[in-house]
Amino acid sequence: MTSPGNGLIKAATTPLILVVIVGLLLAFIPLNELILQLLNGLDKGSAYALIALGLTLIFGTLGVVNFAHGALFMIGSFCAVTLSRILSLSYEVIDPERKDFLGNPLKVDVPYVEKWFGEATGAAIIDWAVPLAILFAIPVMIAVGFIMERGLIKHFYKRPHADQILVTFGLAIVLQEIIKALYGANPIPTPAPEVFKGSFDFGVWMGFDANKILYPYWRIVYFLFSAAIIGAVFAFLRFTTFGMVVRAGMADRETVGLLGINIDKRFTMMFGIAAAVAGLAGVMYTPINSPNYHMGMDFLVLSFVVVVVGGMGSLPGAVLAGFMLGILQSFASMNIFKDIIPGIDQIIIYVVAIIILLTRPRGLMGRKGVMEE
Amino acid sequence: MLGLTKKDTTLLIVVAILSMCAPFILNPFPEGSALAQFNAGYPDLMQRFVIFGIFAVGFNLLFGLTGYLSFGHAAFLGVGSYSAVWMFKLLSMNVLPAIILSVIVAGLFSLLIGYVSLRRSGIYFSILTLAFAEMSFRLAYSVLTPLTNGETGLQLALDDPRILDGGGTLTSLPVTNLFGLEMRSTYTLDVAGWSFDFSVGYYLCALILIAAFYLSIRIFRSPFGLMLRAVKSNQQRMMYTGLNPRPYTLAVFVISGMYAGLAGGLMASMDPLAGAERMQWTQSGEVVLMTVLGGVGTLIGPVLGAGFIKYFENIFSKINDTVLHGWFEFLPDGLENLIVTILHPFIGKGWHLTLGIMFMLVVTFLPGGLVDGGKRIGNLLKRKKAPDETVTPNTNPAE
Repeated sequence: MTSPGNGLIKAATTPLILVVIVGLLLAFIPLNELILQLLNGLDKGSAYALIALGLTLIFGTLGVVNFAHGALFMIGSFCAVTLSRILSLSYEVIDPERKDFLGNPLKVDVPYVEKWFGEATGAAIIDWAVPLAILFAIPVMIAVGFIMERGLIKHFYKRPHADQILVTFGLAIVLQEIIKALYGANPIPTPAPEVFKGSFDFGVWMGFDANKILYPYWRIVYFLFSAAIIGAVFAFLRFTTFGMVVRAGMADRETVGLLGINIDKRFTMMFGIAAAVAGLAGVMYTPINSPNYHMGMDFLVLSFVVVVVGGMGSLPGAVLAGFMLGILQSFASMNIFKDIIPGIDQIIIYVVAIIILLTRPRGLMGRKGVMEE
Repeated sequence: MLGLTKKDTTLLIVVAILSMCAPFILNPFPEGSALAQFNAGYPDLMQRFVIFGIFAVGFNLLFGLTGYLSFGHAAFLGVGSYSAVWMFKLLSMNVLPAIILSVIVAGLFSLLIGYVSLRRSGIYFSILTLAFAEMSFRLAYSVLTPLTNGETGLQLALDDPRILDGGGTLTSLPVTNLFGLEMRSTYTLDVAGWSFDFSVGYYLCALILIAAFYLSIRIFRSPFGLMLRAVKSNQQRMMYTGLNPRPYTLAVFVISGMYAGLAGGLMASMDPLAGAERMQWTQSGEVVLMTVLGGVGTLIGPVLGAGFIKYFENIFSKINDTVLHGWFEFLPDGLENLIVTILHPFIGKGWHLTLGIMFMLVVTFLPGGLVDGGKRIGNLLKRKKAPDETVTPNTNPAE
């Protein structure tokens, strides 16, 4: 497909563009602004990276293009909503000490959790619903992933990629509509614990003036959390026997199968893990962005772009591209860039994706032979 | 006839008859009867059937013949709509120049996108077209506001220049027409309880659909179509024989983009406004759904799929709990409520759920779509007949 001869130019294009971008940034923007935007991009980048990581796990292991992955992210988010609703289930009691304006005793809602664990502990548990939802979401997401793989995806290994895209797209619509039917169409704000309200002043910490670089605590938590998850996935693949077998299977499925290893079973488990990664990304994202039924589709398009930019089948590529695009997006939303190219904040990701796809067909770190037919 | 084989001619005639008699066919229930809500024979909906039919036929030329799955075709639809509305604003309310311009602009636009996107194949191509379409959508939504009127959408205004019509002196917004024939004008025929609507707009769309369908048959059966099939089956082998697939794929990409532009232009001609949401990727997804549901690579499939989805979108979504209660009145109360509760998520606003499930079932069990399903049922009936004849004599000789 590619014409030979200008290979050198092509290979040099992407680094050259990157160098030019970085140079421009340093020349025109004060350092504190630069750091602020870098930080701003991190949380979005973390979300992209986590979803893209899961998508790439599925590509790499099963060879399936999963358009329902955004829906898994959404289900994770709604796990947090569900848990916070369950925790704040309450019953009515008559409070004899407080009266309403007619002098009748007031009815007060008391959550069951407060009854069982005492008032202070109960309130704290409700307050910590989102982090607690991680524990709740892991089994749920693994179960969802397991059912999806065994029930649907399994039958599509041998079918063309177009069919896989189509059926998972259909599944994404179904999941989205189920969520809409259960939770309604409006966004459901789900706050982070009280401790994480407010912002951390990076500016003071780094020696700038106060209030120059403010960063909400929860975003720091989100970034650290996703870094931990990404680290855990990589460590799992790198250092466990299970991970070794899976990596071997990614490289050559048939040979591993011939060695007498039940690779299908392991791949199914990998699907569950990928679903859990997407779900956890969703759980922790709830305080940043109120869950709504179409968030999955919104993130899906972007995360596909991320995966393709990172290179299909490359896990480090997905993570790198996720953070890169998230940060680029936050840079592009600065006024200095919007003045030069109006609307750049809206389209930067797509522009980058198009440039990278055309100059580096396999993305930034793509492996040979993945999705190339 | 018309350079077609007998089978294709029959198909074309069937499509022509279906589209010409649609006001009768889609209105099978008398006005005021309980089933009248299933009537789809009103001009708005019929126009939508036909316009999305054209869109899907064009998409099928690309996806069905070459196997290139574009997720950005809505961009061409949107571009077509915008250019048509601009034509109404600047030149005249005649739909003909508007449609011509929308086809041309969409063609040029798809030439640009196709030239770049077709450098990659498979999923990379899908993502590239998706990226371009999302980019166009975002731009139409924000930066290109002078051209697209942002999130409000492009509309007619009283002070538009309209050079040929001599606008600017009007007191009410003009309506689109074809040399004086107003698109909106509808003749209603009342026959003993039935009422059939014949709208000029619909018939214009239907005639264009027949022409577009004819063209698509010709492309399917031409040597060019054969080349495209070769691209789908094995590009490598095609290149070894010394053929460069790029010009062929680019040509068909542009043609299908022009079909989409035509659909967009017609959409704007029937209702002169254009909004950015027409370019959103969910809209591209919808045309993929239509084509796949009907049958990828078949001639009539996309039209059927478009009709099917639009019918369900408009009729199914109107069914609400009250209607359901009406249907299941004869059951005991508890059972009635139970059935209504079970069906509730699938109807009305939840019809997308039904669509998604149906779509998954079709992709999983019926990769050939509705057309394939019809064929299988046909075969099943034939096969049932055949064994019957051979089995009958075998029942007796046991003695």
